[in-house]
Amino acid sequence: MTQTPHISVKDLNVQIGDNHLLKNININIPDKCITSIIGPSGCGKTTLLKSLNRLLDDIPDVQISGSVLVDGEDIYGPKTEVTHIRKKMGLLAQRPFPLPMSIYDNIAYGPRIHGIRGKTELNRLVEHYLKAVGLWEEVKHRLHGPASALSIGQQQRLCLARGLAVEPEIILGDESTSALDPISTKTIEDLLIKLKENYTIVLVTHILRQARRVSDYIIFVYMGQIIEFGPTEEVLLNPKEELTKDYVKGFIS
Amino acid sequence: MRRRKIEEFIFKGLMIASTVVVGLSLFLIIGTVVVKGLPYLNWDMLTKTPDGGYYFGRSGGVLNAIIGSVYIAGGATVLGMIISLPVSIYLNIYLKKENRFARLAKLSFDVLFGIPSIVYGAFAFSLMVYLGVRASLLGGVIAVTLLVIPIMVRTLDEVIIQVPKELKEAVLSLGTTRWEMAKIYFRQIRAGLLTAVLLAFGRGVGDVAAVMFTAGFSDNIPTSLNEPAATLPLAIFFQLSSPIPEVQGRAYASALILSIFILIIVTLSTLLTNKRRKNS
Amino acid sequence: MKIRLLKDKVIGTGMLTFSILSVSMVLLIGIGLYWRSLPILQNYSVWELISADTWRPLKGSFGFFPFIMGTLWVTGMSIVIAIPLCLLTAIYLSEYAPTRFKSIFLPMINMLAGIPPVIYGVWGVFFVVPIVQRYIAPFFVDFSTGFTVLAGSVVLAVMIFPLIVSIVVEVLQTIPKELREASLSLGATKWETIKKVILRKAMPGIIAAVVLAVSRAFGETIAVLMVCGNVPISPKSIFDPAYPLPALLANNFGEMMSVPLYDAALMFSALLLFVIILIFNVISRMILQKISIRNA
Repeated sequence: MTQTPHISVKDLNVQIGDNHLLKNININIPDKCITSIIGPSGCGKTTLLKSLNRLLDDIPDVQISGSVLVDGEDIYGPKTEVTHIRKKMGLLAQRPFPLPMSIYDNIAYGPRIHGIRGKTELNRLVEHYLKAVGLWEEVKHRLHGPASALSIGQQQRLCLARGLAVEPEIILGDESTSALDPISTKTIEDLLIKLKENYTIVLVTHILRQARRVSDYIIFVYMGQIIEFGPTEEVLLNPKEELTKDYVKGFIS
Repeated sequence: MRRRKIEEFIFKGLMIASTVVVGLSLFLIIGTVVVKGLPYLNWDMLTKTPDGGYYFGRSGGVLNAIIGSVYIAGGATVLGMIISLPVSIYLNIYLKKENRFARLAKLSFDVLFGIPSIVYGAFAFSLMVYLGVRASLLGGVIAVTLLVIPIMVRTLDEVIIQVPKELKEAVLSLGTTRWEMAKIYFRQIRAGLLTAVLLAFGRGVGDVAAVMFTAGFSDNIPTSLNEPAATLPLAIFFQLSSPIPEVQGRAYASALILSIFILIIVTLSTLLTNKRRKNS
Repeated sequence: MKIRLLKDKVIGTGMLTFSILSVSMVLLIGIGLYWRSLPILQNYSVWELISADTWRPLKGSFGFFPFIMGTLWVTGMSIVIAIPLCLLTAIYLSEYAPTRFKSIFLPMINMLAGIPPVIYGVWGVFFVVPIVQRYIAPFFVDFSTGFTVLAGSVVLAVMIFPLIVSIVVEVLQTIPKELREASLSLGATKWETIKKVILRKAMPGIIAAVVLAVSRAFGETIAVLMVCGNVPISPKSIFDPAYPLPALLANNFGEMMSVPLYDAALMFSALLLFVIILIFNVISRMILQKISIRNA
């Protein structure tokens, strides 16, 4: 690994009730790259992703041990402020979930929470981030209309812009294109590739071709364990482990 | 950051306090009825009708009111079901969702659901005057039927909505008529029907305002539809307004009987609902 | 084949008739009550009836104003008491409470929703009225029997607790968890998420619950009859007695026939209740539609 890691996970174990979802996860996620987490459904991909910004906290009976260091700070540390951690990471969910308010307020929601009140500043932010996801031209005339009136693809880009507006360093994507049509998928993928200049991106995907198209590194997870981690071409074309080979060939699904 | 934390802390405190207040007040109600009613509860209360001097503290019970309530609520539930079931089958299965009449019907049932039972009582009374019916078991049944129809239609709506849409499409594509289709639905919603019946019955047993004008009151168990009938809630009300402590105590005992009765009905319907949800 | 189709048609027509009949109930009730209150409407104008302050049926003065005010005071106060408590409770149960607590508390609430009003009235007489009389009213007024607006609204509020709490919890639980996650992942605290996103999304459901609760409280008869005091004078404070419309109707039924116009006057009060509920329901439905579109 040539780059310095942005997130490093050490001995992470996650249990919900008697269900051991993640076992001894150790991984360093490189800075300013796209890393994809792949694996069969139910293997713990999404759990791993959500453990990175502590979205597992509210699940009843959850037990988490180990540490996740972001910029050297343990997010599960006793003194860590969870809202601060989450602000550092934008989440792009499986389906777009616009907040129940206008397009403008969707983008302004995060900045407002973090104390930005000035109207001109908010206007600037809204315009800037809508432009960053290529939505500005499509919505500039109806900024105060409800966000739910947008198409699904537009909504997903809005959600991305909403996440960017709190100025995170990391973007987490949880099968973010699985509800979208091919054209919107392409738009989001292109955006992510453009964004990796400035952000560290972690994606969960079950589409191998997508992983291959966008990612620099791949993590293969199976039954709650990391089986293989490495640069995309290596893992997909030259897997070292038997399990990875089987998965890539389509034996395990 | 601090301010945000403090705000959350304060509101969480308020939430816990509110939950305690809500829980406690409801607990107090059950507590009051049990503590005040239990000493006066005896076998006679359940098995005897009021004797001559019952309202002056002599022996007897409220069997007349228990039977009267069961008759009225039972009759109303049966009548209500005969009317509500075809209505909700028609509105939900025969008609399309966006049908104008179906939407109008939904609106009016929502309104009917909100109409106070005393208005139903007054309306049923006018109807009785028009038809020449005196305050009687029949009158009570009519009033409570009007009251439970919107409750039943609403419950049945919820039950029918839970049947997967695909079933309708699959069955219709086999070339069935809508009536044959309704019969298939009927099999799917049997458990839900029972919930609607229990809910309506519980409401009918507990209601006062609708029967006040229409059923009259009597110390005897009615033997025909034309005789006046007592109801349990009204018996509670009358006994509680008595100055004699013994009679007041019996009001609490009657309240306890009514509460237990209702709790059994509600528990049954909750169990049924849970079972239905698990199955689907 | 023909017979099948014919059967379908016949049964369909039968069911349509039933549906039309029950749908026209709203209209029938309105007409029926109007017809029965005609005698008094021919003698006095509606405005006279609802604005006049004196209620002396024996002398021919039928002023409904005190009863309308009584109903508004008691219903209004009960809603003021119930809504904040119920909302906070529902939010606690749905968002913060431990699962085990919730799984005990919620079924109990649902069970209490079925307890008939007369039981709440019994509790009011035994518990709320004496407390108001001995411990609360003396701080504010010289003398009170305890049978007051306050007692009535506390009893009504408690009566609608289970109704509001159970509906609002259900509404909150239908909100997708991803919406919460979306807000949390932007660095919002849990409370901020609830306040700005969840409650907003749940607003139509909450309003529907409140509308139902208001209708229930507004038309409640026996519970308020037992604890409000029933004095036909407009209340000036929560420590005055009140005489809500439903109680008027229920209380005077026995003597209704003996006095001219009395019967019609009581039917007019039922008509009033009906019309107010009707208008309230239609207006709230219109508001609801507006909000659901805005907050989708």
